[in-house]
Amino acid sequence: MRRIAIETRNIPKGLAFISPWLAGFAVFLLLPIIMSLYYSLCDYNLLQRPVFVGLENYRFLIHDAVFWLALKNTLYYGALSVPAGLGVSLALAILLNRRVIGQPFFRTIIFLPSLVPTIAAAILWKWLFNQKLGLINWALSPLYSLLHVQGPAWIDQPGWVIPSLALMSVWGVGNTVVIYLAGLQDVPRELYEAAELDGASGLKQLYHVTLPMISPVIFFNLVMAVITVVQVFDIPFMMTQGGPNRASYFYTYYLYDNAFSYLHMGYASALAWIQLLMVLALTGIAFWSSKKWVYYQGK
Amino acid sequence: MSGKRTNFWALIATYAALIVVCSLAVIPFLWMVSTSLKPDREVMAYPPRWLPRHIETNRHGIPTNYALAISSDHTNFRLWTRNTLIVAALSVLGTTLSSALVAYGFARIRFRGRGLLFGLVLSTMMIPFPVIMGPLFVIFIWLGRHTPFDWMGTFKPLWVPQWFGSAFNIFLLRQFFVTIPEELSEAARIDGCTELGIFWRVMLPLSRPALSVVALFTFLWAWRDFMGPLVYLQYPSQYTLSLGLQTFQSQNGATPWNQLMAASVLVILPVLVLFFMAQKTFIEGIATTGMKG
Repeated sequence: MRRIAIETRNIPKGLAFISPWLAGFAVFLLLPIIMSLYYSLCDYNLLQRPVFVGLENYRFLIHDAVFWLALKNTLYYGALSVPAGLGVSLALAILLNRRVIGQPFFRTIIFLPSLVPTIAAAILWKWLFNQKLGLINWALSPLYSLLHVQGPAWIDQPGWVIPSLALMSVWGVGNTVVIYLAGLQDVPRELYEAAELDGASGLKQLYHVTLPMISPVIFFNLVMAVITVVQVFDIPFMMTQGGPNRASYFYTYYLYDNAFSYLHMGYASALAWIQLLMVLALTGIAFWSSKKWVYYQGK
Repeated sequence: MSGKRTNFWALIATYAALIVVCSLAVIPFLWMVSTSLKPDREVMAYPPRWLPRHIETNRHGIPTNYALAISSDHTNFRLWTRNTLIVAALSVLGTTLSSALVAYGFARIRFRGRGLLFGLVLSTMMIPFPVIMGPLFVIFIWLGRHTPFDWMGTFKPLWVPQWFGSAFNIFLLRQFFVTIPEELSEAARIDGCTELGIFWRVMLPLSRPALSVVALFTFLWAWRDFMGPLVYLQYPSQYTLSLGLQTFQSQNGATPWNQLMAASVLVILPVLVLFFMAQKTFIEGIATTGMKG
């Protein structure tokens, strides 16, 4: 009883402390989201007042081939880069968790690429992917001559551009590796000792001890990766301008073009709301599925 | 994993794997530095050589490619760096202070509705920036017309929102604040300290490690941010490093790969220096973000 009274009396003081966030939330987040919902029901070119058109933008969206293309490209890129990124970073974390001489050195090296600012990574990889002079085709040239094929043009070839960008994204997984490593260090050693006494091999230990114990970390990384990949914009904007032939034209790129290149703010807002619902749905699916495969200790 | 029974061949395999993956991680860097030092004709040579035959320098002894990357018809590295640092400094200061204040409210003041509001803070992390960037543009124009301050054409759209706390930083700092013993605040309270005084004189000095994580990550974010500057900066004189280099690399004509690599080296270098100065802060910071799912 007394506690509730204190907590009620503390309301003004609590709100005072969190007031910066409340104000920022109202003006820079809640208001834009509501405006976005309203604009999505309007014809609005930023110069004249918005004109209410009902569900017109959403109706148009269903028949818009570019919308479906951008969505397909984004999902394809996500389907390649998310599993590749999560898998490679987990493998790297397990490797870097082995007790060897020079372990801190190896960890630092693997982490370094994730520090590279996006624009520098974009420029660097454009050069690495260069068909004639790039390092990648040069390194693979013995393989090409063995198979009697020509090296691909990577990001300059429609069928190759999305796999190329996914490959490049794997280079920057250092952040995720660090999060996995923190998870691996928290797995109690007794569990491995017990498994060893029971005669479990290394692979069995991985499957029955390591993976279940770090499943919350895998889950966290999965959710973060999904939220990030739905928004991918910088890299294709810098490296391919969505090309060639719109083969790397992603969802956020189309949203950006509608808002700021074509000044179709109404349509851009409809795209924005679909994107928001997509993120919510994907995280929702992740949370729902997590009940089946994520193991929380002490629960 | 298994300390004593690791046999010789497993150890060899581990080292081999480590050397392979570390090479793959590091070779692009070496290639970047190598290209950045080559004169034009060597850049175009095939098969490529790892070491430049000869490095051209200007009369100050600076490699020509670097001099051109810093200042030429298409580049203005000093201006871009200055602009980036202004945005970064104001963002770091703003988000660290405001997030700490809000985090203190969530960590130390028991008030009704606290749990619900904190849940709301966390859930905002899911909202994609592209969803709000258009309406924010409209809001910034409106603010420019209806307040005494200009917004568009200034850096305000990039740093002012940082002064209202960011969900991720609030979360990170709250997690740290709850680990600080309540007795310390209680002692200060008995000495007549106000709540704000406890926050400022007791909490903040004890939270240096967490505050530096927030400051460091915010700086890195500002250093690499691209979409914000792309949408809200209007004049080339305002360009940040990301935006300036983007215009440089997307210009028409033959691509000056050596100058572009020099520019990339220059953008990466400060981040690497920062990393090696504060390695521990980095790693612990990233590790804690993944700890509480």
